[in-house]
Amino acid sequence: MLEVRNLIKSYEGKPLLRDISFSVSQGETICLLGASGSGKSTILKMIAGLEFPESGDILFNNIDLAQTPPHLRDFGLVFQDYGLFPHLNVFDNVAFGLRMQRIKHKGHEGEIARRVHEMMELVNLTSFESRNVTDLSGGEQQRVALARALAPQPQLLMFDEPLGALDRSLKEDLLNELRGILRQTNIPAIYVTHDQEEAFAIADRILVLHDGIIIRDAAPHEIWKDPQSAFVAKLLGIGNVVEGEVIAKNKIKTAFGILSLDCVKNVGENIQLLVQQIPSPAGEGRGGEVIEEIQLTVEDVFFKQDQFQVKGRGVVLSESKDGLLIHMKDAPRVGDVIRVKVQVKCLV
Amino acid sequence: MRNNLLNYGDTKTWRIKFLRILVSPWFSRLFLWLAPLLFLSIFFFYPLTKILTLTFDLETFTDPNNLRITQHATRFTFYQATLSTILTFALGLPSAILFSRFDFHGKSLLRALTAVPFMLPTVVVAAAFNSLFSYKVTGSMLQVFNLQPSTLNFLLILTAHVFYNTTIVIRIVGNALSQLGPRIEASARILGADTFRTWRHITLPLLRPSLLAAALLVFMFDFTSFGVILLLGGSNFATLEVEIYIRALQLPNLNLAAFLSVIQLIFTLIFSILYTRTINQVQTQTAPRFSTARPPKTIKEKIFVATLTLLLSSFFFLPLVSLPVRSLTRLEPDRGQRDQVQYGFTTDYYEELFINRRGSLFYVPPVQAAVNSLGFAGITVLLSLALGYPAAYALAKPTRLEKFLDPFLMLPLGASTVMMGLGFILSFGRLIASPFFIPIAHTLIALPFVIRTLQPALASIPERLRQAASTLGASPFRVWQTVDFPILSRATLSAATFAFTVSLGEFGATLLITRPEYPTIPITISRFLSQPGGLNYGQAMAMATLLMLLTTLSILLIEKLRFNNAGEF
Repeated sequence: MLEVRNLIKSYEGKPLLRDISFSVSQGETICLLGASGSGKSTILKMIAGLEFPESGDILFNNIDLAQTPPHLRDFGLVFQDYGLFPHLNVFDNVAFGLRMQRIKHKGHEGEIARRVHEMMELVNLTSFESRNVTDLSGGEQQRVALARALAPQPQLLMFDEPLGALDRSLKEDLLNELRGILRQTNIPAIYVTHDQEEAFAIADRILVLHDGIIIRDAAPHEIWKDPQSAFVAKLLGIGNVVEGEVIAKNKIKTAFGILSLDCVKNVGENIQLLVQQIPSPAGEGRGGEVIEEIQLTVEDVFFKQDQFQVKGRGVVLSESKDGLLIHMKDAPRVGDVIRVKVQVKCLV
Repeated sequence: MRNNLLNYGDTKTWRIKFLRILVSPWFSRLFLWLAPLLFLSIFFFYPLTKILTLTFDLETFTDPNNLRITQHATRFTFYQATLSTILTFALGLPSAILFSRFDFHGKSLLRALTAVPFMLPTVVVAAAFNSLFSYKVTGSMLQVFNLQPSTLNFLLILTAHVFYNTTIVIRIVGNALSQLGPRIEASARILGADTFRTWRHITLPLLRPSLLAAALLVFMFDFTSFGVILLLGGSNFATLEVEIYIRALQLPNLNLAAFLSVIQLIFTLIFSILYTRTINQVQTQTAPRFSTARPPKTIKEKIFVATLTLLLSSFFFLPLVSLPVRSLTRLEPDRGQRDQVQYGFTTDYYEELFINRRGSLFYVPPVQAAVNSLGFAGITVLLSLALGYPAAYALAKPTRLEKFLDPFLMLPLGASTVMMGLGFILSFGRLIASPFFIPIAHTLIALPFVIRTLQPALASIPERLRQAASTLGASPFRVWQTVDFPILSRATLSAATFAFTVSLGEFGATLLITRPEYPTIPITISRFLSQPGGLNYGQAMAMATLLMLLTTLSILLIEKLRFNNAGEF
């Protein structure tokens, strides 16, 4: 459906997007994940037609959109700060897109009202139609913004950090609702965020943006299994990233002991390793990774969800700053030395 | 086939490039600036260069007579402006404390009352002060003090200046005071400072930028005051402005007039630069977070509040009441006749406005001036909105270009209206017989206000809203119609009313370029005032009353529509 080819864009003379290509197919929700300032929102604005790429093409159903102004693209966009019209009430906000469509033939108010009502039901705001948007809470405003974007039945929905301004529990509720709505409507969607939890919760595919290019494009579980690069692992909070030095063909020295693993690097080179505890959330017993036992000194213990989060420091090189986060059923004492089974992978 | 494809590709990229230029920021910005800049160039900067070229004439500099007049006018302008500023602060500072520190009955009403004169046309204020001393009571009071007429006139001028500008001190200093809050002073008191030392070491230093800003602004307004001085003092009180007018029309010496305007412009520029610098140091937090005002508690406070409210309400109320009362009262014979005259209440002056008398000052009934004024004001509104909108759009998201252009746009604010009139005379010669130059001059004066009203409202519309509308299928025009316009309608109405009020009351520029066939209300009032006889005087009062009512209505409308303090000076 949507295809983005080789987008290039700079910001204040510096390259922002160096070469962005990806596609979205019918019913698919992709998530653009990146640090703030990485150009995620700019990609959305270019797809919406609000900004122009310096080069590259944006195609929808194989039609080049370069000459299509934003109001004729038929895409929906939901902003982080909602972008609700303060001078219109909830009903008129949601009806806005419908009225813009029906401008040529009047007398559709009944139909519009029906559709608005439908949308309000979809986002659980049935009794809010005549309310003033400025009187609504953040979560309610975001629902109205979603209803407004959905009402004209766009061919593509875009979300620009839609839940960024909301608190945590509200965020989870809205994410679940949003996932349901997207599945129900089958509209392809692009969801931009810097929050990995949101990304994992909603995406069929996650695209990680770094340094102006997409460095990873895969399904959430694949990325979790194999983040491939230290940046992705850190951004998504997958396992622990540990510094190491290659001391022999398949020996790597780390703060947590010498690990047996071949990363196809020369002796003396530094390398980053992904260290995940076993049993890891992604499951156990797949090929390719090396299982090792490491030692660490407990530095800090705190309770999280149903187990203890333990922060440990390597026992081998005590001057190293590397810390490791693991979870345990029983709380060790600070200062204890514990042994943990981990699987280790090479990162780039 | 291959060739065709290539060609197609080329046209496509060319078209895309062209489209991108059309929507590119700098192109649209250039387009926005086109009309306002063209207008300012023709009607402001071109006349300005005319004045400048006339000034750089060796004879103008060397003529001892010219130098003597200039020196005298400059000295007198500084003298009266300094005196006026001191007097304004003498009333304004206690009032600022009153409004920022105390709560009392009728506070908001009294505050509004002090703000009314600032927007009143100079002719109305002049007529009002003139009327104060046309009653027998006040006349006999003057005899007691044995005042010379010229001394009285000078005192009237100073009082009118205080009447005009006290609100500036109340607003700027009062705002700063209420933002200080009592906590800072309380901390000082707890640390052992007495009342005087708290003021000396805490309050005054913190207030200094706002005091300075208020003083500069008041001084600038007094320095450029024209209508009040001309109408209350006559040509005996030759400030720079009055002297320019005299040398432009009464005793024509255009070189000297031009030279005087350049001197005047240099001074106003210096003052505006100083003012801009100091006002930037004044914290621009418009709404105090907590109210610092409270009812007076001690006896001293109660006396202070009672005396000052009484003084302020009578000072601001009397002239505004005296004018309409005088317009309905006959106190002297209509044409100097000695036969029996019926004194007391009369509506004759109003009725006379509608009568076309032979031998009246004009060949048309005086009410025609009202029709003219309303017409000119209408054109001014349309013109200043048409020019102000694009400029305000560009300024709402300023780039380096806008930051560069902004001061030029505001320059007419600093230039005196008399100088604008002189520039018109010098630049357009016989053309100014056309009545269209009057609304053009009014637009020049109103434009900075209009822009300053529209710009913050425009800037307050988040780009998100336009983007949202556009992704929801609204074309650029529909975006403007559905998003910008409804949000802006209040600001637009407010700007329009501003332009309307400015045009209705404008005196200086109009006086220089007006033709007898197209008198405006202020011009008519000034002519009536300068003629002898009770009927002329009464008609001046009647007309000034009408103008006052019209302007007051407009002010009320603007205050109601005021958008987040837009259009603050």
